Amino acid sequence: MQELSNTVRQLLESGSVKVVIGYGEGTAGKVRPVFITDPRDADSLIFDIRCKQNLAVYVLKHEVKHLGKAAVVAPLFTLKTILQLAAENQLADGDIVILGIDDGGKLTEFSNLADVEAFVAPHDDLTADEKEKLDRIEKMSLDERWKYWQNELSRCFKCYACRAACPLCYCTRCTVDINQPQWIPVPSHDIGNLEWHVMRAMHLAGRCVNCGECARACPLDIPLNLLTQRLIRDISSQFNQRAGISAKAENALSTFKPDDKENFIR
Amino acid sequence: MIEKKSINKNALIELFKKLRSQQWRIIAPVKTGEQITFREITDGADILEDYIQTTQSPKGVVFPPVEELFRYNIKKEGVELSEKENTVVPTLVFGLRPCDAAGIAPLNAVFIWDYKDSQFEERLANTYYMPISCSKTDESCFCTSVGGNPGDTRGSDILLTKLSTGEYLAEIITEKGKKIADLGTGLFGPEPTEAKEKNLAVVDRRFDAKELEQKLKTLFNNKIWLQQSLRCIGCGACAFVCPTCVCFDIQDEGRGNKGKRLRCWDSCGFSLFTLHTSGHNPREVQSQRWRQRVMHKFSYQPDRLQVVGCVGCGRCSRACPVDMNLSEHLTRIMEVQP
Repeated sequence: MQELSNTVRQLLESGSVKVVIGYGEGTAGKVRPVFITDPRDADSLIFDIRCKQNLAVYVLKHEVKHLGKAAVVAPLFTLKTILQLAAENQLADGDIVILGIDDGGKLTEFSNLADVEAFVAPHDDLTADEKEKLDRIEKMSLDERWKYWQNELSRCFKCYACRAACPLCYCTRCTVDINQPQWIPVPSHDIGNLEWHVMRAMHLAGRCVNCGECARACPLDIPLNLLTQRLIRDISSQFNQRAGISAKAENALSTFKPDDKENFIR
Repeated sequence: MIEKKSINKNALIELFKKLRSQQWRIIAPVKTGEQITFREITDGADILEDYIQTTQSPKGVVFPPVEELFRYNIKKEGVELSEKENTVVPTLVFGLRPCDAAGIAPLNAVFIWDYKDSQFEERLANTYYMPISCSKTDESCFCTSVGGNPGDTRGSDILLTKLSTGEYLAEIITEKGKKIADLGTGLFGPEPTEAKEKNLAVVDRRFDAKELEQKLKTLFNNKIWLQQSLRCIGCGACAFVCPTCVCFDIQDEGRGNKGKRLRCWDSCGFSLFTLHTSGHNPREVQSQRWRQRVMHKFSYQPDRLQVVGCVGCGRCSRACPVDMNLSEHLTRIMEVQP
């Protein structure tokens, strides 16, 4: 932790960044995001197994941007998010200082996105546990799977924590918020919930880096990341494309190619 | 005048049976996965006692997340409106916490304020509250800072407190409570000798809601709102688990000329909440929305409706994905130099 605090102190003292977005101790044993602007507060930064929030969500937040250039404490999933945001032109090389951190708390300060790409390259998109859980759901009959999702999604009350917590849900005006015309029913009834979650997952197809933030943020414990994980699998097998591994990637579902193998698009 | 009696668990199960035989619904906390949720129960045998608080409040019983207000049919000769058919049945909400029962007052204050909301009123008139006093608490609880306590009787029709003997002290508080007791004649025993107070949790008082109301009047332009809300991601989790948040959105759902008008929960944390048709948004950043949330509950509502818009149940703090802890924030606000 000393290495992290020292680096952050130096970054702030030298003026190379104005704010460091990291993890700090919260209440009831939880950790919380903290925004360090004073070098004297650098010691309040922590990093341990509880630090699961994807802090890349703050990089694009208006009030955080307003503080000036930021450094962000970035575990693997945040590094991948940063690459994906760069690929989608939301971030450019050098916009932020990236403080990569591994499970053991070892720090790597990246000087450019190419180095981040090299760092994330050897890592799989899905863990063995995640693959096994997906397999279990895929083995269900259509009827069983339908019942499983109906049951899970019936709890949703549309607080949109999944959307707000996701760094890749950065649209200033989401399709669900548009009512002229209305694409998605607003009420949190069965069809409204189903359409919202299917749309959310589809919009993240080929873009989601599997940080798990949607499921972590859900106050009702709905395993939303199962939907996006399934799409990671589909996009990878059908388009041979992965998100969060390159700062220059083309998204499978939103890139037009004249030589596309599907002829409906021509 | 509160009438004090006793009841044991078996008698409660009998009471539920009796009520259900008369077409009552019983809503009680049940375990769903890792969470505790209010659901309709058919058997009183699995009454949950060993929990601090449910994830969601029982607000939805009287103010559902989605509610049909009326149906419309646009015809040549004009718009035809039809009222929703009345489906309200007597409902016992059992096993909630005293703070949730106290949360009825702020809801009621809004719904019967100028226009009397008939659907809300009718539902509330048919809802009976039988909470169980708190014997446990956690660091998110702060009922005593907003005028409540773990054995608070406000809003309860019958308040139960579990005693060391295993039976419950039953305080019959309202006429509605008396009606339940009458339906359960023979199931209630004499007043127990054990004192109520020694069976209650101790919740430290962190601030005074009256002082907070005064303090907030001086802080509208303070930088604390930005400091506190920098980590807020602007979701509606806090509002949707809250027993007293009352804001709603009106939506029409229809096909062609026919459809229905719905009332849906809304949250002041959403950027869309105050967005004008013109594109102007008077609360364009999260710090302004956070200020509104605190001001509304602890300043405007006590000022205009004489009721604090918070009962200190702590659900928002537990549900928040970024640890916006309400009592911590309010305690800091009390320390601010204007």
